[in-house]
Amino acid sequence: MTSQPQGRPLEVLTLGLQGEVFALDAHCVREILDLVPVTDVPGARAFVGGVVNVRGKVVPLADLRVMFGMERTPPTPDTRIVVVELDLGGEPATVGILADKVLEVTGIAPAAVADTPRIGMRWRPEFIRCIGKRDDEFIIVPDLGRIFS
Amino acid sequence: MTQADPAEIFRQEAQDLLEQLEQALLDLEKDAGNRDLIDGAFRALHTIKGSGAMFGFDRASAFTHHVETAFDRVRRGEVAASAELIAVALAAKDHIRTLIEQPDAADPAEGERLLGALQAVVHGAQAAAPAPEPGRSPADGAAPGHPVLWRVRFRLPKDAMALGTNPLLLLDELRALGPCTVTALTDALPPVEEMEADGCYLSWDVALTTDRPRSAIEEVFLFVIDDMDLKIEAVDGAGPPKKLGEILVERGDVPAAAVDAALAGQDRLGALLVKAGAASEGQVRSALAEQQHARHEDTARAAASVRVPAERLDGLMDRVGELVITQARLSQLANSRGDADIKTVVEELERLIAELRDTAMGIRMVPIGSIFGRFRRLVHDLSRDLGKQVELITVGEETELDKTVVEHLADPLVHLIRNAVDHGLEAPADRVARGKPERGQVRLVARHAGAEVLIGIADDGRGLDRERIRAKAEEHGLIPAGAKLSDGELYQFLFHPGFSTARAVTSVSGRGVGMDVVKRTIDALRGTIDIATTPGRGTEMTLRLPLTLAIIDGLLVRVGAGRYAIPLPAVEECVELSAAADTRSTGRSFLNIRGDLVPFLRLRELFGSRTPADPHQKVVIVATGEQRVGLVVDQIIGSHQTVIKSLSRLHADVEMFSGATILGDGTVALILDIAHLVDAGQARDQQRIAS
Repeated sequence: MTSQPQGRPLEVLTLGLQGEVFALDAHCVREILDLVPVTDVPGARAFVGGVVNVRGKVVPLADLRVMFGMERTPPTPDTRIVVVELDLGGEPATVGILADKVLEVTGIAPAAVADTPRIGMRWRPEFIRCIGKRDDEFIIVPDLGRIFS
Repeated sequence: MTQADPAEIFRQEAQDLLEQLEQALLDLEKDAGNRDLIDGAFRALHTIKGSGAMFGFDRASAFTHHVETAFDRVRRGEVAASAELIAVALAAKDHIRTLIEQPDAADPAEGERLLGALQAVVHGAQAAAPAPEPGRSPADGAAPGHPVLWRVRFRLPKDAMALGTNPLLLLDELRALGPCTVTALTDALPPVEEMEADGCYLSWDVALTTDRPRSAIEEVFLFVIDDMDLKIEAVDGAGPPKKLGEILVERGDVPAAAVDAALAGQDRLGALLVKAGAASEGQVRSALAEQQHARHEDTARAAASVRVPAERLDGLMDRVGELVITQARLSQLANSRGDADIKTVVEELERLIAELRDTAMGIRMVPIGSIFGRFRRLVHDLSRDLGKQVELITVGEETELDKTVVEHLADPLVHLIRNAVDHGLEAPADRVARGKPERGQVRLVARHAGAEVLIGIADDGRGLDRERIRAKAEEHGLIPAGAKLSDGELYQFLFHPGFSTARAVTSVSGRGVGMDVVKRTIDALRGTIDIATTPGRGTEMTLRLPLTLAIIDGLLVRVGAGRYAIPLPAVEECVELSAAADTRSTGRSFLNIRGDLVPFLRLRELFGSRTPADPHQKVVIVATGEQRVGLVVDQIIGSHQTVIKSLSRLHADVEMFSGATILGDGTVALILDIAHLVDAGQARDQQRIAS
């Protein structure tokens, strides 16, 4: 939970989840897909409750809303799957992340990046890498490595 | 990427040569006078020395040189290939391997010691050497799998055809032995007016390359041999293909002087010989044919195997997998369009892709014999270390299975064989006391059974001690005292971590590690282990493994809204869930399958399906180990060949599924892991009973 090194803006993809704005490091985003049929995996944790076919690969679909205790609403025409490449315990892994809406690719100025406040948070602080601010709006940058480990 | 490192190529080649050397040495132990084995070992050493020096492996080359020198004396018949010599040679072989693969780890003192020991053995044994049978031609003793060029010339009696012999059938039989070049000799053909219609005037020269012994060729002529002319000669296949003149002289068709004279004439030899009247045109043509054949076989042998990096094979298999999936989607589309022309093309494509898939899978198949070799060494060493006489019998080396499976099998098999020798077999004195032969036996048997490969490791030792395993399981708290268990269930505890019933820990085994690793490895290969034992008679472990990890045949079923694939080899039959069994099953979930009680699991409950159940549910009866279980599904969709995709690490905790596959419409279906599914079902039932 350190702040970003000074001077380098954090390039992110922003997405909407239940009215909140989340941001994923743009470098790990591989592609953004329309919602495809999801296959439920019985017995899996609700947060990774399904798999999808991404170009012939079977990829787990993660729902960050579960991790952050948000309501799971049915998909809308805006719903997208953001495919990210992560390093999970030393091995590269491809994961799909469900987004209610994908907003834009943008930079968060390092000055605007603040450490996660300990209080006043609805969600578990260890899952959040940092919180940025843009146009009077808070942007939450989740710590994907920690969430998936 | 295509630029291969020459040193790496040498390492690979050396690995093969060292394996050949080891095999030859181990075989020599049983058959000390066999020239072919001695020559084989010598050749391997010689090549390692030569190529090693060429690629800068100087230490390995120098060391090998000394071993080769010692072995040369064996080759010349001055020293016998005694057990001591072979033991030292085997150790020297290991040292060569270290020198090549990890030169830094090799201890020069160890090398000196080995060379010293080798010297001592070679000089000590000098006097007692029985000369290797000199009369043995290399071809007669040819090891199986080592093709030899044979020259077969036969002439049938004139009335042979009238008496019912068909020369064509004889030639076909020869062809069945190996690649053949046949030339008919028409020298004895009389003028047409003197010819009898059913007379046999031809004779034949056949150049045949086969790994079968001379007796196999003689057998072809079994019924006509008495009154025919038959000449069978082995041609030394080593070296470049022979010159035409050499062949004719060897056959006795032409005297050597005639060849020399003809050669001096500087014209085409064959034409000259014919002109000179020394040989008939037919004889020359036939000799030419043999030369062609030998040349052809030479190139064929060179092209017979290609080394390909394993990752390229994996890449090929991935691409073929994608192709199979895409083709399934195409077929589905074509069927929905109903365009007959497109359908025809798609069906053609389907056939081609199926062949391509089989070919690609075939490339990945290797005979399991490739790892059996190292077990002979293992047994040899174990038998020395433990002071037990052990004979390893291997059957079915040619059984093929996926390269990846074979690679992963080596370690588990080492464990199982070690266990068999160390725990299974009794000490020689005990064996004699029990009226068994002093020499124990370990059988390693591989064979195909449907889409599976069975590998059995059987010993003729003391068998498992049922009571001791039970006591141990109770002591470990794995089962309550006095619990009722089938033998099969009880023996499965042997695979529990830290479970060993050996009273004494030896350097070889008894620490209770190993068997759980064996189990885990076999599980990961989607295989199972069965144990059968008879007290006092021995134990047999049977590994059941799928032929390949890449593709399985699955039965596609629907449960609620989800589709799932059940591995077809596990499926025994499908029945309808009768209304009576359905309603009654609240208390007990059993089906009556032709008199057998088969428990069933409702996958809808296990998977938490929320959609309403179909009115006519089906039961798929599957077998896992010795158990039969019914799986209740909503609908059976049909069989489906599936490319297995592994699930991500994020789903490592989901044990009910062994992987996933992509269906024709692009959606994902999960593949059921029958063994784990049944475990999960049982755990749930037990919870229900407890609450």
